[in-house]
Amino acid sequence: MTTALELKQITVACDQGKILDAVSFTLNEGEIGSLLGPSGSGKTTLLRTVAGFEQPVHGEVWIKGVRSSNGEYLVPVEQRNIGMVFQDYALFPHMTVRENISFGLTGMTKFQQQERTAELVELLGLEKGMMDNYPHRLSGGQQQRVALARAMAPRPGILLLDEPFASLDIELREQLAGEVRTILKKDGITAILVSHNQLEAFAMADIIGVMREGRLLQWDNAYNLYHKPNCFHVADFIGEGIFIPGTVINEFEVKTEIGMIAGHCPHGLVSGAAVDILIRPDDIQHDDSSEMTAIVLGKAFRGAQFLYTLELESKTRVLSLVPSHHNHPLDESIGIRLEADHLVAFPR
Amino acid sequence: MSATSINIEVCRPAGIPIHTLLIKRWDFWLVLVAIILSLPILVVFGSLFSPEVEIWKHLYETVLFEYIVNSLLLMTGVGALALITGVIPAWLVTMYRFPGSQVLEWALLLPLAMPAYITAYTYTGIFDIAGPVQTGLRNITGWQYRDYWFPDIRSPGGAIFILSSVLYPYVYLLARAAFIEQSICVLEVARTLGCNSIRAFFKIALPLARPSIIAGLSLVLMETLADYGTVQYFGIATFTTGIFRTWFGLGNSAAAAQLSALMMLFVMLLILLEHRSRHRQRYHHTSTRYSTLLQKKLLPGPAITAAIICSIPVVVGFLVPFGFLLQWAWQTYPHVVDTSFFDLVAHSVLLAGVSALLALFLALFMASGKRLYPSPPASLSIRFAGMGYAIPGTVIAVGVMLPFAWVDNTVDLWLRSAFGISSGLLLSGTLFVLIFAYLVRFLAVSLNTVEAALARIKPSIDEAGRCAGYHSLTLLRKVHIPMMRGSLLTAVLLVFVDVLKELPATLILRPFNFNTLAVRTFELANEERLADAACSALAIVLAGIIPVILISNTISRSRPGHDHRT
Repeated sequence: MTTALELKQITVACDQGKILDAVSFTLNEGEIGSLLGPSGSGKTTLLRTVAGFEQPVHGEVWIKGVRSSNGEYLVPVEQRNIGMVFQDYALFPHMTVRENISFGLTGMTKFQQQERTAELVELLGLEKGMMDNYPHRLSGGQQQRVALARAMAPRPGILLLDEPFASLDIELREQLAGEVRTILKKDGITAILVSHNQLEAFAMADIIGVMREGRLLQWDNAYNLYHKPNCFHVADFIGEGIFIPGTVINEFEVKTEIGMIAGHCPHGLVSGAAVDILIRPDDIQHDDSSEMTAIVLGKAFRGAQFLYTLELESKTRVLSLVPSHHNHPLDESIGIRLEADHLVAFPR
Repeated sequence: MSATSINIEVCRPAGIPIHTLLIKRWDFWLVLVAIILSLPILVVFGSLFSPEVEIWKHLYETVLFEYIVNSLLLMTGVGALALITGVIPAWLVTMYRFPGSQVLEWALLLPLAMPAYITAYTYTGIFDIAGPVQTGLRNITGWQYRDYWFPDIRSPGGAIFILSSVLYPYVYLLARAAFIEQSICVLEVARTLGCNSIRAFFKIALPLARPSIIAGLSLVLMETLADYGTVQYFGIATFTTGIFRTWFGLGNSAAAAQLSALMMLFVMLLILLEHRSRHRQRYHHTSTRYSTLLQKKLLPGPAITAAIICSIPVVVGFLVPFGFLLQWAWQTYPHVVDTSFFDLVAHSVLLAGVSALLALFLALFMASGKRLYPSPPASLSIRFAGMGYAIPGTVIAVGVMLPFAWVDNTVDLWLRSAFGISSGLLLSGTLFVLIFAYLVRFLAVSLNTVEAALARIKPSIDEAGRCAGYHSLTLLRKVHIPMMRGSLLTAVLLVFVDVLKELPATLILRPFNFNTLAVRTFELANEERLADAACSALAIVLAGIIPVILISNTISRSRPGHDHRT
């Protein structure tokens, strides 16, 4: 596999300080990456640095083997062969859908333009009837598809998507994220999605970077981010879960008040060290026959399941996902069992 | 009884009878005020429906063609020049950062403070045969008076130069606002699609800003058409000078009215153009989100070029004429600034102050009436009452004079036939008529300001107040007026300055021997005492800077998404 994009130690700064701090990652040809993080974490700035709207003070951006930016040098945006979909779509309001889509198709014959436009209409499932409409007549979902078609039309080396689903209904987002993934994969396009919604990122990306305060904390697939977070912040940001105290027994075991958890302890932790253990809601199973009990403090109905907030004897709280036919009232004591496959521990 | 009517019963506060009377009749009063204020315009417009063939034949055979050609020539020239001078700096200061760009952003508005006629007088003083430019030229070359050719400022070309140098800020202001409001993403997306910044300007930014630019242009054209001082001084026969000459030179009021009506048709076309552009503009926003407007820092070479390009309009439109006015005022003030000068100031301030306060009062009355008791007649009344702003002062003066003269004559005739005494002219030639004309012309200014301020007060505030038992008038006094104090002050200041600068209507309608700063400036300039005119001109310009400051304050707050990153 060839590398489509490589960032080396990218640092971007403004008068107030660093916005990005030594960010590095690589993305292979045809892969979809995602930058995930709370607002203000620098993910949009990172995307704009790849696009060439921002210049790093330090570090290098390589696109398809070409050095595109560093501290002294910046290939202009228009020469980078990138496509970008903005949060508000930014369709040209004075052009029809057709003109919007073919805007970037310069240096093509009329026939080639028509061919490529037709291809995209097919790929994105746009209605042929709306091709001569102006953008303000389209619904949000349609505008989003047109924006995507416009960005994909010139076959960009990398497609950059800046929270493209943020203005859509919550129900639509995950579904569209999946659809867009299928479309991009069909066309073999390398893409980066910026999002603050993890479900959206999970549905779309092959590889995800979690960002916080200008740093890229972890660059990994969704499964590993969830089950093998490399730091406290990633564990905290991805999925639900609560940290409970534990004590290291040996390299492979940690003791907690709800039982022993097996796995690899982080390096450098000696026996007897105090650690925080991440307990996911699916790590705690409800079992009426179990001897260990916890009191129901709160519960949230989620259709097939309840998310219970439980209090252990030591007043420590944990979360548990329980099939929703186990409907227990508040303050009732229920039996629980630990069923953790992964050990996620950080020194206290 | 339905639930809603019960609600109304509960919420309706106990009113004092005199209030109730006024309020029950509020929309009646609104309509009455609107009719009275639009009377001059309706009178002029009405004269179109009683065309006098003889007059038209005469006009057609003599001057009409010249008026139309000259007016169109001026409009074309001023329009083209104002477009270039307005749009290019607007784009540069919005998109780029270069030395002085932040100062230029508001300094480009300064020419708004210069009434065209004052700039015309000043540049005539500068470029005249005895002015500093030609004198300097002769001193350097040793030429004599008739040895060389020098362009005559008193020509259509000169008028185009003068008018565009003071009117371009209308285009600049609206173009700049349009460039800023374009979600910057649109320009960025164009660049990601392989568009360089020049192509992005012509393909995206300019077409998107076109409705705003055309709206600005139509304001420029209206002002060009309405100009009297410049064309009169330069001896160019246009509609405004024609109306003046027909009325006072030939004493033919009917022909003046016909000419005014024809001119008003031109204005109507321009209003239509402006209206359509603003309407279209609404469709030119696909986004309500703004991303950071990052101004690109230019390299030294382009930066200096940009700074020079953007400085030229400020230097030509403001600094040079202002500098010369200062210099002349410094030379002449010892013998110009005496008691008679202070009389001028007092007259101007009195007229402007009274008109501004009356306009504010009327605007408050009409805008609140529409808000508290919305109805189709109320909305229509407001639009009618504000119509005068687009109408040239000369036309309004004609429209004001005709009905008042009719009233005076009718009263006089009746008194003479009934009692054998003559009342003479009761109203014509009084301050009352002049102030009335100002209200017709400038009410729209305060009306717009007050309406905009009222619109920012949420309806729920009214509802809360009324449910607390406040009467609508009390609500206005205790809630609305305190909330919009700033805007009300703005409304007063804007009308004040507009009245202070107004020339043609004042010239026509002022009482005999009643002089204002504007009129005195005009008179002195026409006596070729340009330096002596400087003090009164400078006073007008200094007052004119007030609205520029108000607008530039709004401007500095008008950059959506500025200094905000995610």
